[in-house]
Amino acid sequence: MKSYFKNMKTITKADYATYLGVILAFIVVSICQSQGLVSRSLGGMLVPICCYVCMSVSLNLTVGVLGELSLGHAGFMSVGAFSGIITAMSLQSAVPNDLVRMVIALVAGAFFAAIVGFIVGIPVLRLRGDYLAIVTLAFGEIIKDLINCLLVGWDENGLHIALNVDGTKSMSSLGLSENGIEIIKGAQGATGNARIATFTMGFVLIMITLVVVLNLVRSRTGRAVMAIRDNRIAAESVGINVTKYKLIAFVTSASLAGAAGALFGLNYSNVTAAQFDFNTSILVLVYVVLGGLGSIWGSIIATVVLYVLPEALRQFSDYRMLVYAIVLILVMLATNNPQVRALISRIIPRRKGAAIDE
Amino acid sequence: MEFLSYLITGISLGSIYAIIALGYTMVYGIAKMLNFAHGDVIMVGAYVSFYVTMFAGSNLLGDDPSTLASGIVALVSVLLAMAVCTVLGVVIEGLAYRPLRQAGSLAVLITAIGVSYFLQNAAQLLFGANPKNFTPIVSGQLTLFGGQLRISYVALLTIAACVVIMLGLTTFTGKSRMGKAMRACSEDRGAAQLMGINVNATISMTFAIGSALAAVAGVLLCSYSPVLQPTTGSMPGIKAFTAAVFGGIGSIPGAFLGGLLLGIIEALAQAYISTQLSNTILFAVLIVVLLVKPSGLLGKYVPEKV
Amino acid sequence: MKKKLLALALALTMALGLTACGGGNDTSAADDGGSDTTVSTGTAFKIGVIGPLTGGAAIYGTCVANSAQIAVDEINALGGDIQFELLPAADDVNDAETSVNAYNSLMDKGMQILVGTVTTQPALSVVPLTYDDRVFTLTPSASGDDVIENNDNVFQICFTDSNQGSRSAQYINEHFPDAKIGIIYKNDEQYSIGIRDNFKAEADARGMDIVYEGTFAEANQTDFNVQLTAAQSAGADLLFLPIYYTPASAILTQANALGYKPTFFGVDGMDGILTADNFDASLAEGVYLLTPFSADAEDEMTQNFVTKYQEAYGGTPNQFGADAYDAIYTLYQAIQAAGVTADMATEDICDALIEVMPTISVTGLTSAGSEMTWDANGAVSKDPTAVIIENGTYVTP
Repeated sequence: MKSYFKNMKTITKADYATYLGVILAFIVVSICQSQGLVSRSLGGMLVPICCYVCMSVSLNLTVGVLGELSLGHAGFMSVGAFSGIITAMSLQSAVPNDLVRMVIALVAGAFFAAIVGFIVGIPVLRLRGDYLAIVTLAFGEIIKDLINCLLVGWDENGLHIALNVDGTKSMSSLGLSENGIEIIKGAQGATGNARIATFTMGFVLIMITLVVVLNLVRSRTGRAVMAIRDNRIAAESVGINVTKYKLIAFVTSASLAGAAGALFGLNYSNVTAAQFDFNTSILVLVYVVLGGLGSIWGSIIATVVLYVLPEALRQFSDYRMLVYAIVLILVMLATNNPQVRALISRIIPRRKGAAIDE
Repeated sequence: MEFLSYLITGISLGSIYAIIALGYTMVYGIAKMLNFAHGDVIMVGAYVSFYVTMFAGSNLLGDDPSTLASGIVALVSVLLAMAVCTVLGVVIEGLAYRPLRQAGSLAVLITAIGVSYFLQNAAQLLFGANPKNFTPIVSGQLTLFGGQLRISYVALLTIAACVVIMLGLTTFTGKSRMGKAMRACSEDRGAAQLMGINVNATISMTFAIGSALAAVAGVLLCSYSPVLQPTTGSMPGIKAFTAAVFGGIGSIPGAFLGGLLLGIIEALAQAYISTQLSNTILFAVLIVVLLVKPSGLLGKYVPEKV
Repeated sequence: MKKKLLALALALTMALGLTACGGGNDTSAADDGGSDTTVSTGTAFKIGVIGPLTGGAAIYGTCVANSAQIAVDEINALGGDIQFELLPAADDVNDAETSVNAYNSLMDKGMQILVGTVTTQPALSVVPLTYDDRVFTLTPSASGDDVIENNDNVFQICFTDSNQGSRSAQYINEHFPDAKIGIIYKNDEQYSIGIRDNFKAEADARGMDIVYEGTFAEANQTDFNVQLTAAQSAGADLLFLPIYYTPASAILTQANALGYKPTFFGVDGMDGILTADNFDASLAEGVYLLTPFSADAEDEMTQNFVTKYQEAYGGTPNQFGADAYDAIYTLYQAIQAAGVTADMATEDICDALIEVMPTISVTGLTSAGSEMTWDANGAVSKDPTAVIIENGTYVTP
């Protein structure tokens, strides 16, 4: 056993450490929860934290591994959330088991987000740099606006969908039968959802995300993607199909965000499209950048700390977000300061290839 | 006639976007960074002008001020707003962005977002969350065709200001020493430094000009749509960023063109297609344009070096 | 390998520790939070307020928190058996996700009764939780019909949206029978859509002439030139504005700049327009609105409240604040009627209060001299009064 670990590559060790860390954290929190040591406010944050961890890990795939700045990641989360909610609500009578329904909803969320990711990816990935960034931002806003116009209901005849473009339609124009369910009411979002998301499911989703992302990155595909990031022209010249590999990374990232969105949607009884706006995309991007581009466990830790931070700062009341902003600026300044960097590298000596991008 | 009034609405809105986009584009061209806090500098400028006008209105002017007196107050308020924003821009650059000159562009982007959060929340603490009703710096409207077409003086002023600024900036970057230094920095920062250009001073200067423009944009924006609150600048900021990319980021005429087109598309889409989907249409046009011309309308195509 | 693990574990413990110590500090903050309340030990009801204290809707949340504090201080000063302890108001930034976090943090501090949430969208996320936890909930201003539906523990101080929409249509039909009506509403806000839908339904039923409908969203709620031009060319001579006063003030200003002068008709969200910072009140002359509260009202109760508010916090309270003030007094009366005490379990308090709510009647700031009563569903019944703005004050036409 010992020799097995010794012969393992450093990268593989780091990956296993990430899995192990997440599992340990899950066990510790679960035990604390069963002992009643976890406060309600922390308990309530567990599922959203899991969702945002998946979001930031999947965004890291686009930004850190593929090297393309995306400002519209929340759009995929939104697609996942609403398709997940529609699925879960429609299947309420057909699939009485919450767990099965949740899994189906998550799969549906991932599936639809992947489709949207594919549609978005084809034009977007032709562009470069800040042009790509602005187009992802544009797609994020478009997705938000379209869902804002979406009316969805379900009755025994199936799904009823309408697009309220001119502001004159309302839920009654769907023509639902008496025992129909109103699922998405345009800009008011989905209300009255069953809250079936659980922390365990969140943990499972994180593990799935990690397995998918880490295996993708370590595979032949992942190396191709990183080659494209480091030098597109060189990669192209050795025969790597740039569009294909970019799309693989982008669509994977979108579908994971969709699954995270579905879980998020099932955790609240009311979800609106406006929640998944530009600011949410930026929020997740902040997690990724602060955690370190390409560093998966960095993303995880940054997400947990930064999600909890504004809640922990509640005692500052009015100054809460101001303090958050200052912390953000100071951390960016400190981590990019050559002296601080030297200090950190002295404390934690970096091995070659320990993280993906170093 | 309706079409004409929608068009004028669009042009004056577009002129505001253009002025903001000029700030984005100049900073991008020279410092190669997306200054997400730019939109919030607009908000600060508008607040300064608001308080100066309020102060003058209650202390200096009588109950029935003459047109000249209120005109002078408006001018002074704009100048003060420009001064405050210039200082603010230079301070932000020096404190938050300069230490990151060597860092990756994403680090600077996140810092800019932090600065944006900071300005918004500081403004809320300082000025309160209560929206202020901004008194337009000029009032009244021009009536044409026997009352069928009304154009507010604010719209005319906005368009005029935009054209003047655009011409001024083009002359400045084309003719003056500082302007040439800016162009040199944006072309190749290292080479410019070797030629004896003080790169840091040039970048500070760019921020100063961009922020002064933001102050003007803030006053015009709030004269056009009179609600002023700490989040006032963020959405116009994003739209102006879009406009800058639309026209080709880094290009001054591009920002002008992009801003105008964006404003017109937005107004016409709202009027004739759907208010709900006006942003969707605007962004869809942007995507199509970028697919056809990947570096924006007037952007330079930079071939990749191998 | 070990070091990496260690670092990971350390970071996680730090993250958890951060929340733990955050929580710890919060409780101590809660103890001295209601510093100006005279809490007689152990018998004070712990009341929580959730609302937007930062962000775009902060004006509503801060006013609710301040006004609730005034009412709590007044009641505690009476020195009766019923004492309230107002927990520090929890910020939800008008966001559904944050409001759930805010609710959980209040529950950690031992909240027994919730006065909130201030706005409808967060309420839709929080109310199912209070229903599950059996926490009695009295919302000052979350007016959506869905807020009280299916939740027996939730009561409203404000009108429901449906009530306001149909009342407005009724009033306009009676007083402006030939009006060509234009509507401008906010299509990403439950409040605005709810009123508009019910207004439209009632108007259609009465055969009223709606010539134009325009919408706007959060992202473009300061620019109405396009909608106003369209309404003007559609010939609308009465503009129905089921929106809050901030966008309404922009509409009035821009309509004036365009030289468009229809009759404006607002609902309770329009209240506050006269006191909006630096708003040219002459533009609001002749504006009709349905409102339960006016800060200018002459009665003693309103004057007392407005004066106290101005002294303590500066500025004029809006209708949200008045709703919150009434909410605290309603609680006071309900608790008296039910005879519950602060040491009872939260769910017992909740059940007892649900029991008495339909039986009590309260005279408050927002009941326009009449009495507020509630049905078992949680909706309030009180008289909305239509007023017209003349010479900068509300006048009953």
